[in-house]
Amino acid sequence: MALLTRAPKAEPILGQNRVVAHLLALLTWIIGLLFFFPLFWLVLNGFKDEADANASPKLFFEPTLDRFSEVTEDNQGLLSFTEAFGNSFWIVLISTTLVMALAIPAAYALAIRPMRKWRDVLFFFISTKFLPIVGAIMPIWIIARDLDLLGTRTVLVVLYTAMNLPLAVWMLRSFFAEVPKELIEAAQIDGCSLMGQIRQVILPIVAPGLAATALLCVIFAWNEFFLAVQLNPAGASTMPVWVNSQQKFQGQFLAGLSAASVLATFPVVIAGWVAQKRMIRGLAMGAIK
Amino acid sequence: MAEVRYEAASRIYPGSEIPAVDSLNLDIEDGELLVLVGPSGSGKSTALRMLAGLETVNEGGIFINDVDVTLKPPQDRDIAMVFQNYALYPSMTVAENMGFALKQSGVPKAQRMEQVREAARILDLEPYLDRKPKNLSGGQRQRVAMGRAIVRSPQVFLMDEPLSNLDAKLRVQTRTELADLQARLGVTMVYVTHDQVEAMTMGHRVAVLKDGILQQVDAPRTLYNAPVNRFVAGFIGSPAMNLVDTERIDGSLNAIGLPIELSPGVAAAVAAQSEPEFTVGVRPEHLAVGSEGVDGEVSVVEALGSESFLHVRVQHQGGETIVVVRESGQSDIARGDRLKISINGPVHIFGADGERLAD
Ligand SMILES: Nc1ncnc2c1ncn2[C@@H]1O[C@H](COP(=O)(O)OP(=O)(O)O)[C@@H](O)[C@H]1O
Ligand SMILES: [Mg+2]
Repeated sequence: MALLTRAPKAEPILGQNRVVAHLLALLTWIIGLLFFFPLFWLVLNGFKDEADANASPKLFFEPTLDRFSEVTEDNQGLLSFTEAFGNSFWIVLISTTLVMALAIPAAYALAIRPMRKWRDVLFFFISTKFLPIVGAIMPIWIIARDLDLLGTRTVLVVLYTAMNLPLAVWMLRSFFAEVPKELIEAAQIDGCSLMGQIRQVILPIVAPGLAATALLCVIFAWNEFFLAVQLNPAGASTMPVWVNSQQKFQGQFLAGLSAASVLATFPVVIAGWVAQKRMIRGLAMGAIK
Repeated sequence: MAEVRYEAASRIYPGSEIPAVDSLNLDIEDGELLVLVGPSGSGKSTALRMLAGLETVNEGGIFINDVDVTLKPPQDRDIAMVFQNYALYPSMTVAENMGFALKQSGVPKAQRMEQVREAARILDLEPYLDRKPKNLSGGQRQRVAMGRAIVRSPQVFLMDEPLSNLDAKLRVQTRTELADLQARLGVTMVYVTHDQVEAMTMGHRVAVLKDGILQQVDAPRTLYNAPVNRFVAGFIGSPAMNLVDTERIDGSLNAIGLPIELSPGVAAAVAAQSEPEFTVGVRPEHLAVGSEGVDGEVSVVEALGSESFLHVRVQHQGGETIVVVRESGQSDIARGDRLKISINGPVHIFGADGERLAD
C-alpha cells in the first residue's frame, strides 16, 4: 500500500522501447489536457465579462471578479447562493453520515461473517443501480407527495442515502475483506468485544477505504441534479439546481453561469485534492494482494 | 498451568464429508511442549484452532484442567495464540500490541505498562516498544507476537507455524530460544509445524497427524526408533527412511537382494499375516558400505561435510531401487562408483496394512 502513495520514479528505458514509451507519455499528456481543457475554459470564462465570454474564443482579457459577486448576491430567483450552499452542505453531510453508518455494519456482515448466499445479497444491492433513475421518478414523486415531502431537504437526504448505499456497501465490503482473518481472531482471543474489534482493529486498517468511500458519496450527492430538480426545485434545493437557475431567458449569461459552476465545483475539487492521497490508496486497496 | 485433553474431538467443515480432524484423543500434560506435526492439509491448524475456540468442535470435547471448554468462546479459555503471519495490529505500537489483551480485561495502565516492560525485557524488545509493526524486522515481529502471548500469562500457549516466515538461520536460532523460554516459564504449549526437524528438536512429545487422523504420539526418540506405521517411518527422519516393498518367500523376507534377519516375535507376525506383502524399512545410518552385501552404483552424493548421503542404485530380482546410505563426511566415494552395501542396524517391518509388526 505504501508504495502507491509515492509517485514512481521514471526509470531510463533502453533501446527501441524508448520511442514507444515517449509516444505513450505524449498520448497520456494529450488525453489529460483534453480532459482538463473544458474545466480550464470554464474557470477562464468565470473571470470574464459577458461580452468577452460570448465573443469568439478569447484567451487574453481583463479578468474581473464581478460575475462571482453578481451570482452570489443575486436574491431574485427562488434560490439564493447562500441558501443553496447551506442546503447542499447539510443534505450531503447527513446523507453521507447515514450511508456510512448503515454501510459499515453491512460490509462487516458481508465480508467478515458472511452468511449463506451473501453473494446474492451483494448482487441485490448493486442491482438497485441497474434501473435508470428516470424510470423510477414517477413512483418516487408520488410517494414523496403523499408523504408531504416534496420541496423538502428530507426527501433529498433519504434519496441520496438510498442512492449511495449500494456503492458504499460494495466498496466497503471489498476493503473489509482485505483485513486478515487472523487479526480479528487474535483480537477475539485477546478478549475484545465485537464492537471493540470493529473500532480498534478493523476500522484503523480500512480508514483509507472509508475515506475514499465517504468522499465518493459526498461527490455524488453534491453533484446530483436530476432528483433535486424534480422533487425540490425551489428554496430548499441544492447547488446544481442553483447553477441551473443562472441560465437566464434573456440577455447574456455564459460568464455568470461559468462563475456559478466554478463555485459549485470548488468544494468538491478541494475535497478531492485534500483527500487525493488517501483516496488513491483506498481505491487501490482492493487491487493489491 | 494447565493440562489439555482432546476427547474424540472431530471437526467437519461445512460442505465437506471428510473430517479435517477425526476423533482426536490427546492428553497434554501440565508444562509440556507438545508438537503437532504432519504434512500440509493434515489438520494440524484445525486441531489447534479447535483448542483455541476459533473452530467449532462437531463431535467430542476439549478440556482444559478438566473443565469442559468445548462450547466456550476463545476469550473465556485463557489461552494465547501466535499465528503464522503474527497478526500484529498494524495501527498499534509494539507496547500497545503487547498490552492489548490486558487493556481489554481492564488492567490499569500503570500495571499494564509494567507487565509489558517485563515481557519486553525477556524478549529483548525494550528498544522497540514505541515502534509500529511495519518498522520491525521479521524476527522482531515474531518476538512481538510471542510477547503478546507472554504478557497475559495464559494457561496454554498455542503456536501455529510461528517460525515459518523467518529465514533458515534465524529459524534455527529462534526455535532454541522458544524451547528455552517455554522451559523457563514452565507453561503448557501446543506447537504446530510441518517441519519434522522442528518437531523433533523442540517437542517433549510429538503427535503425528495424517489426513486428520492421529498416527502416533511419543517422545521424539521413540518416534524415530519405533514408528508405529509406514507413514510415520517415512515422515520422521531426514533423509527419510528407506522403505522397500517386498514379498514373503518361504516364511522369510528379502529386500533389494539382502536377506532380512527377524527377531522371533516379528518372524511369528510375518508368518501369521495372510497377505504375502510387507514393507521393509532401514534408516540411512543403518546401511553400510563394505566388502560384502549387494552390488550398487552411486548416482548422487550429497556431501554435507559432517556426513555424506549416497544415493545408490541397486539392481535386484524385483527390479531397480535407489537407497540412501549414510557415509562419513570425508568419504571419497564419487558418483558412478560401484560398491557393496549391507544392513548393520535395526530393521523395521510393516505389514500389508502399513502397521508395524511388533517385536
Ligand atoms: N475454513 C475451512 N473450510 C473448509 N475446509 C477447510 C478449512 N480450513 C481447512 N480446511 C481443510 O481441512 C483440512 C485440514 O486443514 P488444516 O488444518 O489447515 O491443515 P494443516 O494446518 O495441517 O496444513 C484441509 O484439507 C483443508 O483443506
Ligand atoms: Mg496450517
